Amino acid sequence: MAAKLYAWSWAEAVFHGDAAACRAASGACWAFIADKLDFFIFGFVPEEAHWRVVLALCLIGALIAASLYRAFWGRSLLLAWVALLVFTALFLQGSAFGLTPAPLRTWSGLVVTVWIAVVALATAYPLGLILALGRLSQMRVVRLLSIAWIELVRGVPLISILFLASIMVPLFLPEGVELEVLVRAQVGFTIFGSAYLAEIFRAGLQSVPQGQSEGASSLALTRWQTLRLVILPQALKAVIPAQVNTFIMIFKDTSLVLVIGVFDLLGTFKASLSDPAWLGFSTEAYVAGAIFYFAVCFGMSLYSRHLETALSREHRK
Amino acid sequence: MTPVAPARSRSLADLWNDIGVRKMVFQAALLACVIAVAVLLWWNASGNIARRGLEVGFAFLHRTANFAIGESMIPYSPADTYARALLAGLSNTVVIAFFGCLLTTVFGVLFGVLRLSPNPSLSRLVGVYVEIGRNVPLLLQLFFWYSLCTRLSGPRQAISPLPGVFLSNRGLRLPSFVANDGLFFAVLGLVVAGIAWLALQWWARRVQERTGRRPHILAWGLTVLALAPLAGLQLAASPIAIDVPELRGFNFVGGQELSPEFAALLFGLVFYTTAFVTEIVRGGIQSVPKGQWEAARALGLPARRIMRLVILPQAMRTIIPPLASQYINLTKNSSLAVAIGFPDLINISNTVINQTGQALEVIFIFMGCYLTLNLTISALMNRLNAAFAMKGH
Repeated sequence: MAAKLYAWSWAEAVFHGDAAACRAASGACWAFIADKLDFFIFGFVPEEAHWRVVLALCLIGALIAASLYRAFWGRSLLLAWVALLVFTALFLQGSAFGLTPAPLRTWSGLVVTVWIAVVALATAYPLGLILALGRLSQMRVVRLLSIAWIELVRGVPLISILFLASIMVPLFLPEGVELEVLVRAQVGFTIFGSAYLAEIFRAGLQSVPQGQSEGASSLALTRWQTLRLVILPQALKAVIPAQVNTFIMIFKDTSLVLVIGVFDLLGTFKASLSDPAWLGFSTEAYVAGAIFYFAVCFGMSLYSRHLETALSREHRK
Repeated sequence: MTPVAPARSRSLADLWNDIGVRKMVFQAALLACVIAVAVLLWWNASGNIARRGLEVGFAFLHRTANFAIGESMIPYSPADTYARALLAGLSNTVVIAFFGCLLTTVFGVLFGVLRLSPNPSLSRLVGVYVEIGRNVPLLLQLFFWYSLCTRLSGPRQAISPLPGVFLSNRGLRLPSFVANDGLFFAVLGLVVAGIAWLALQWWARRVQERTGRRPHILAWGLTVLALAPLAGLQLAASPIAIDVPELRGFNFVGGQELSPEFAALLFGLVFYTTAFVTEIVRGGIQSVPKGQWEAARALGLPARRIMRLVILPQAMRTIIPPLASQYINLTKNSSLAVAIGFPDLINISNTVINQTGQALEVIFIFMGCYLTLNLTISALMNRLNAAFAMKGH
């Protein structure tokens, strides 16, 4: 079995050439993936804007790499993320900088997957925090509204939320206002992510002992200061592994935007299968896609495990 | 939030300092905001609906659907109503979710135990599967399995892993029972045998409580279980018929057909969710203190009975709550059927929305269906959890 797998994926595989060379060989056709690599990364983004996609992906990648180091965690990192996201949104579309425009509806491929995942996290994180605080609030109206939001969203499939966003949002907007389908998908992901993150934050908030807030108020800290300086740092730290797991879940689930007609990475893989020059290599395309998603998600889960041990070691000190 | 003592600031009016008043004002303002947003949205929506000439209300449910559904667990034809079409979709979702949960549990427990096997290559193999299953998006997995299913060879070169089971690009063909008198009496016999088995266990427990010795009832039980359905068959005029599929011409005849979509969806869901359940079972088994193993071994129990009688029942307490959320996830994930064309609830809802334009009502219906399904699962699992909970504590 292992030998067969090796033969298919490596020994008898075709790495260069065209479809005819692939059909002649008995192994996998990696030449197909190599040929389509540009399409997987850029999708339908206009040729002149490709360099901007590369630059944006590099910047986002660099900031993600920086975020992995706990020494950088703080307000400046937060500001850097907000600045980068605003800049990337304008820069990629291009019209604000007098560049060749690449409107939102041309965005596709890897850049969409990365963009949706990052923006979903950036928006769902604060919203989830508010919902978690609301769920634990003593004010009945606030609590009930938060519970309704969280439980409703967690009770239905993500696909139905995406359908809601793609079909219902246009219905609820005033006449003449239209949202791109990518933006609607993002609204769906923000709603989805906020409910799942809220439950994790709630667990974190509940793990902070009562004495902490009592101690803070005996130091005459205001409620806001207590929350910001005493409770939240401890609460968020307690649930870091669970947060990373939710990030993984959201990243995997970005592939669902395909269903409402956004061409993400998986969408370009699927679209490449119908290229008449390269028919019949679906296994290779899906295996390549699986390897990419696996590398990212498994990397994140390794990082989560590393954090978990590092934090528990610190806790014991 | 944990309660925090109110901060005192004397510069504001006394009323504003009263934490109770402040909370009331805040809540009233929030409620007003929510209502205002809802009214605004409703206003926009009704304006849009009027402009597009759409209809409002559930009257469309009684109209004829006029579209065919590939496969349905309940009888359905295009002459039926939209309500019937949605029900057919719901039945498909329920069947997929039921078999998905069943198979996931079986394989999850099996792999969870194997993950802890002393054989390192076996446990590592399961570990590799778990990581691949968990870290690749389900949608991609479904596309992969579906493309494999449709690329299988035709019925004439079908793969037959078991006699009577055929895997081809037409899907999966299984032998099926033909309902006649024989089947009825056999099932009746099985029910009788089940009751007899429960009675035997009850009697054995009574004897064990009184004498401390449990009588050997397994042989008796198996005999009853085997003989009662046979006796039922003997009673019936016609013996039971099993319909084994066979190749005739270009396709199979007889047996139960599962479409490639159904097979790919079920397999994909089970493959994905089992990876999570395996980890849950492993964690549950590891959460049982080591002393339990040692004490059971000291009593001379063999390893398999330690697992079955001592470890698993205790592990169940840790396993059931996360298992329940995996069942719910599986049910929700079955909605990905829409991507490979299996007619589940969402897929049919989508068609209904496209035909009638009544998005609001249909989305309301299917969200209600999923919420009900999930609440049912969590209620059932809560009861199961209560059954396994520590008693007398």
